[in-house]
Amino acid sequence: MSAPVITHVDETPAVTSLRRKDLLGIADLAPDEIALILDTAEAMKEVGSRPIKKVPALRGKTVVNLFYEPSTRTRTSFEIAEKRLSADTLNIAIASSSVVKGETLADTALNLEAMQPDMIVLRHSSSGACHLLSRICRSGIINAGDGMHEHPTQALLDAFTIRARKKRLAGLKVAIIGDLLHSRVLRSNILLLTKMGADVWVCGPPTLIPTDVMRFGVRATSAVDEAVADADVIMLLRIQLERMEGAFFPSLREYFNVFGMTEARLRRAKPDVILMHPGPMNRGVEIASEVADGPYSVILDQVANGVAVRMAVLYLLAGGVEHETAA
Amino acid sequence: MPVVMDADRIARTLTRIAHEIVERNRGVDGLALVGVRTRGVHLARRLARTLREITGQDVPTGALDITLYRDDLMRQSVGPQPLVRKTEIPFSIDDRTILLVDDVLYTGRTTRAALDALIDFGRPLGIQSIVLVDRGHRELPIKADYVGKNLPTSPEESVQVCLEETDDRDEVILQGGAA
Repeated sequence: MSAPVITHVDETPAVTSLRRKDLLGIADLAPDEIALILDTAEAMKEVGSRPIKKVPALRGKTVVNLFYEPSTRTRTSFEIAEKRLSADTLNIAIASSSVVKGETLADTALNLEAMQPDMIVLRHSSSGACHLLSRICRSGIINAGDGMHEHPTQALLDAFTIRARKKRLAGLKVAIIGDLLHSRVLRSNILLLTKMGADVWVCGPPTLIPTDVMRFGVRATSAVDEAVADADVIMLLRIQLERMEGAFFPSLREYFNVFGMTEARLRRAKPDVILMHPGPMNRGVEIASEVADGPYSVILDQVANGVAVRMAVLYLLAGGVEHETAA
Repeated sequence: MPVVMDADRIARTLTRIAHEIVERNRGVDGLALVGVRTRGVHLARRLARTLREITGQDVPTGALDITLYRDDLMRQSVGPQPLVRKTEIPFSIDDRTILLVDDVLYTGRTTRAALDALIDFGRPLGIQSIVLVDRGHRELPIKADYVGKNLPTSPEESVQVCLEETDDRDEVILQGGAA
């Protein structure tokens, strides 16, 4: 008999830890790992409601937030999550770093790693940047958005928000409308929602629908009314003007007229539909202002839940001892 | 494997502890029960029921998950972790006497974590510790105020508390210990 064990578990969960040191994308995660992250986030959400919003779980761990692209929500959300878990955090602002002197991503990462951080949260404009770091770094890598590839923590917080309102993910009709072509949020959300059994529709101008999107097991349409009909969840994606190098549609005004989410269009969905947007919103382009601030909108819940979900990811990736509990 | 407490014994013990709580605190005014997840929560709920039968008063009851306060969380870089569960303390602990309930007292490390966690919720008037089984081998200067049963054990043995709410039966078992 090994060490004395008293197991404090209500019911045996499918998994009690992630089988990895990095979170590079939803593509790598099994459904039971996704469920574990969402369940852990429930507990983390309670920490945020306390008078003292801090627990010692990551005491002594150093997390570097390395952001090569502008971000307010995601960077702030990660930083608050790290601080609530008592990790030491370090923000690298690219404008004031050696990157402007010509240092490569790999060299920057290796130099940071020489200072022994435990985790690196990376946002980069190149798809696959996190995969590169995960191969050369000992630290855990968390993808905070890489190019047009994935943004896993956004998809996880979206799923958490949906689950909180609808109590499930399987069987829900989720309509994702907007700039499908340039969206890493779309890719992560499609992967996650289809893994969890949701019925996913994507909708946008034909020029912004990726040609192979059906391969992911979703239905694509350019008719908004068809996508919205009887939807449980409507998720709008930002028109990413900064990534558009061609003429994808005639004007923003025309985009709003055809695809913009208005009260009238929303009425075709289920009466208890929820409306989501990963932010930042272009009011009057993909969403009408009165809808964004209306009763169906859970956009600010998404932001609030982002902290809890990122705490769960940080905690689960940080590692722990064998499942052993001394009473 | 020897059963050291059966269902009747557990029930009588909890009733006795409930009477001790009332005696020591001269009633239940200003008291609150907080159970340490998982089995401490069930024991706390049972004590609340018994206290209600004795005094006719409801004692607020909460649940504490101490996972994020453990001192052994990050001792290995990658590996399975204990599941984090929700802490639910739906009342202010300020200026109350908190009765902290757990199933087994062993090294004292869980109690240490629970004390740290509780104190992040406010400033209680006092904290008293209740355990169903005290098996000895303390590694920290901690002692229980109410003990269901003192059970001398060797470190090789393990004490398993089974409760109907989670394990379909009420029983305390002493396992192992080839030494």
